[in-house]
Amino acid sequence: MISRREFLRLGLAASAGIGLSAFAARAYSGKGRTPRWVFLVDTYKCVGCGLCVRACKLENEIPYEVNATRTWVERYVVKKDGVVVADAPLGARDGFTRNDPQGIIVPDADIAKAFFVPKLCNQCTNPPCVQVCPVGATYQSPDGVVLVDRTWCIGCGYCIMACPYGMRFFHPLYKTAEKCNFCYHRLSAGMKPACVDACPFGARLIGDMKDENDPVANIIRTERVTVLKEEFGTKPNVYYLNYDSVIR
Amino acid sequence: MKGHVLRPLYVVLALVALTFAARAFVVPPDFGAHEKGYMYGWYRKGNEAEWKAFKVKHQTRSYCEGCHTEEYSLIMKSPHGIINCENCHGPARDHPEAPLKLGIDKSRALCLRCHGYLPYKSTGREMIKGISPEEHNPDVECVSCHSPHNPLGGLS
Amino acid sequence: MVHGEAWTIKEFFTYPNEYIYWSIQIVMYPLMTGLVAGAFVLSSLYHVFERKELKKMAKFSLTFSYALLLSAPLPLLFHLLHPLRGLNVFFTPHFTSAIAAFGVVFFSYAAIVASEIWFVNRRLFVESALRLRGAEGIGNKVKGFVYRMCSLGAYDLSDEAIRKDERAVRFLAGLGIPVACFLHGYAGFIFGSVKANALWMTPLMPVIFIMSAIVSGIALCMLTYIIVVELRRFRLNRGRKPWMSSPEARGTEMNAIKMTSKYLVFFMLFAVSLELLDLVFRGYTAVKHWDILRTVIYERDFFSIFVLQYGLGNLLPLVIFLLPGLTLKRAVAGLILVLLGVFMMRWNVVIGGQSFSLTLSGYMHYNIPVIPRDFETYKEGVFGALTIAASPFVFLWILNKLIPVIEE
Repeated sequence: MISRREFLRLGLAASAGIGLSAFAARAYSGKGRTPRWVFLVDTYKCVGCGLCVRACKLENEIPYEVNATRTWVERYVVKKDGVVVADAPLGARDGFTRNDPQGIIVPDADIAKAFFVPKLCNQCTNPPCVQVCPVGATYQSPDGVVLVDRTWCIGCGYCIMACPYGMRFFHPLYKTAEKCNFCYHRLSAGMKPACVDACPFGARLIGDMKDENDPVANIIRTERVTVLKEEFGTKPNVYYLNYDSVIR
Repeated sequence: MKGHVLRPLYVVLALVALTFAARAFVVPPDFGAHEKGYMYGWYRKGNEAEWKAFKVKHQTRSYCEGCHTEEYSLIMKSPHGIINCENCHGPARDHPEAPLKLGIDKSRALCLRCHGYLPYKSTGREMIKGISPEEHNPDVECVSCHSPHNPLGGLS
Repeated sequence: MVHGEAWTIKEFFTYPNEYIYWSIQIVMYPLMTGLVAGAFVLSSLYHVFERKELKKMAKFSLTFSYALLLSAPLPLLFHLLHPLRGLNVFFTPHFTSAIAAFGVVFFSYAAIVASEIWFVNRRLFVESALRLRGAEGIGNKVKGFVYRMCSLGAYDLSDEAIRKDERAVRFLAGLGIPVACFLHGYAGFIFGSVKANALWMTPLMPVIFIMSAIVSGIALCMLTYIIVVELRRFRLNRGRKPWMSSPEARGTEMNAIKMTSKYLVFFMLFAVSLELLDLVFRGYTAVKHWDILRTVIYERDFFSIFVLQYGLGNLLPLVIFLLPGLTLKRAVAGLILVLLGVFMMRWNVVIGGQSFSLTLSGYMHYNIPVIPRDFETYKEGVFGALTIAASPFVFLWILNKLIPVIEE
């Protein structure tokens, strides 16, 4: 068990140290080299503050009051009798401030384990949402990020149905399919996604799998990581540390 | 009058030709199969640039550091140094041009995102000092006693 | 409000963006294409396989199939959030998507049916065009013009030309069967290929859809045929004894109904067997998602699946048609129940498939909007569905002005 001070220091190192200096200089600097963006989520470090969700909504102009979001945080409370109570109210836009999963107060003594899981688009290598778009309005960009063309989308919703992770929804203003794109505009400007910058604890990290020296890519290469819902053959590019089998 | 059997076919072919003609006008020339092939890369190339031009709102702490040096160095010495300025001060956008001033979120709800006590031992939340929102001075703003930039610096 | 929120009630643990995105119009869409396919197959049974007993029904169901075909894209237009961009499907089709096939399949099918109607009715077009040549009055002039356009300039009515027409009809009717099945099988494929959805994903889906399509098409054709014939008889007998006509006329009509109902029963048994096979197989293999599917099928949707769909929609009509001494009233009741059954099957697939969350630990309930509050709740509500359901009859009424479908 690490002490609180140590934990905070680690978090600081993760968010400020890893990436920031090296990352900004590297992104898009090597001309002609296309990155392969990958994401790393550490469910242990996530404290459920939801600042990532808030930053995402503000950054990507997703109406704040609307019940849909490009990224969210789930809470899992596993009781000692094995019952799992999970929820993500408002996608955790306002964070988790009370011990009331699904509105049920679970006594401290009944909790076997409890944790938070941030979710975002997996930017799959084989994106089923792109495969099913009838008009070519959603696609994989050369660096592997799945984007939506708001001028070409017909609003059929087939991509929403095809995503096993429930990432997509209709933008309430544009009426077109909407999804997380790793803040493509920020990546292109040499920045990191808004959720990564907003996370104080380094629970969300971005890296470039094609870069041999990328610290995040190296964690994925050398540590024991997992992806979500592998059985669908989508080959996700969001990796998880400290995964648990109750995660959906 | 020998070929009347084929007349419906001519009508169909004319319609197909019409569709292709309309396509030439409607579909942008950069629409096609790009790097990822027809299955995953069938799109209008110009859309990539449109997304790249999307407005950045959160400028990160290095943007604030230049002018607000004092506050910056103060918070960076504290455990709150891990929190990006814009999480409480709101997205900087083009500050100081637009907006001129940023609105600061001083609400209890913001502090409780991390400091509301949750008995979740298998997460980092357990490492953060938490309070029970109902019991710990429920009617007072946290900032009236605690300094967000220097939380360990004693109560005011 | 995000699209779908207005009619979705979420329970337990669901992902934040999950709503019933495919609502009543996507129930109507396979229903309509199914009716198209079924009506066409019925007419082809006469033209290709020379089932003489279906002659009366054949011409009617061919024209009705075309009216239904014109209605088939309407649910999609109602469903799309950008209906005007619907044409993009033709301009930049992405054929790895099942929906992109719609443009090609729909238009080849429309072309086949339209051509067949043209060959069947060419004599009528030519004769009417000649009769109305130089006729007085705006109405007659317009009619004459429409018939001249419809004739496509082919005025040859010699025996040889007519024989050619008949050969072309047989060819098109034969070609149309696989295309009709493809049109509808692909509607089944749209659902069956969604790997994210535990209820939809099965290769049986297209076959189940085709079978129930034929059932619904035959049923609707029979029902409309009965209504049209009875209405006509009622009008002819007005002032005399309404609803009482010569026993022989009743006899031939009843004969056609009885014959057609045999095909109906055959296809219905096939459709139900496939659906039950699917259900049994899911329960027997009981993979990861079976726990939640079981609660949906046997608990939450029990009424709409086992009472409305299998009970009222399948079992009861089977009894009605298989018991000897079929009467017209009994047939009408049976046909309405069959249509209810097919509608409920579409409902249980489309809505049922979205009534559980991708988390496999939460549910979504579809609260269909009845009183429209805005255009969205009209389109995706009861009245939108009724508009779609009424549209083929409007098209049939218009087509009937041009091509009288029932000869007395």
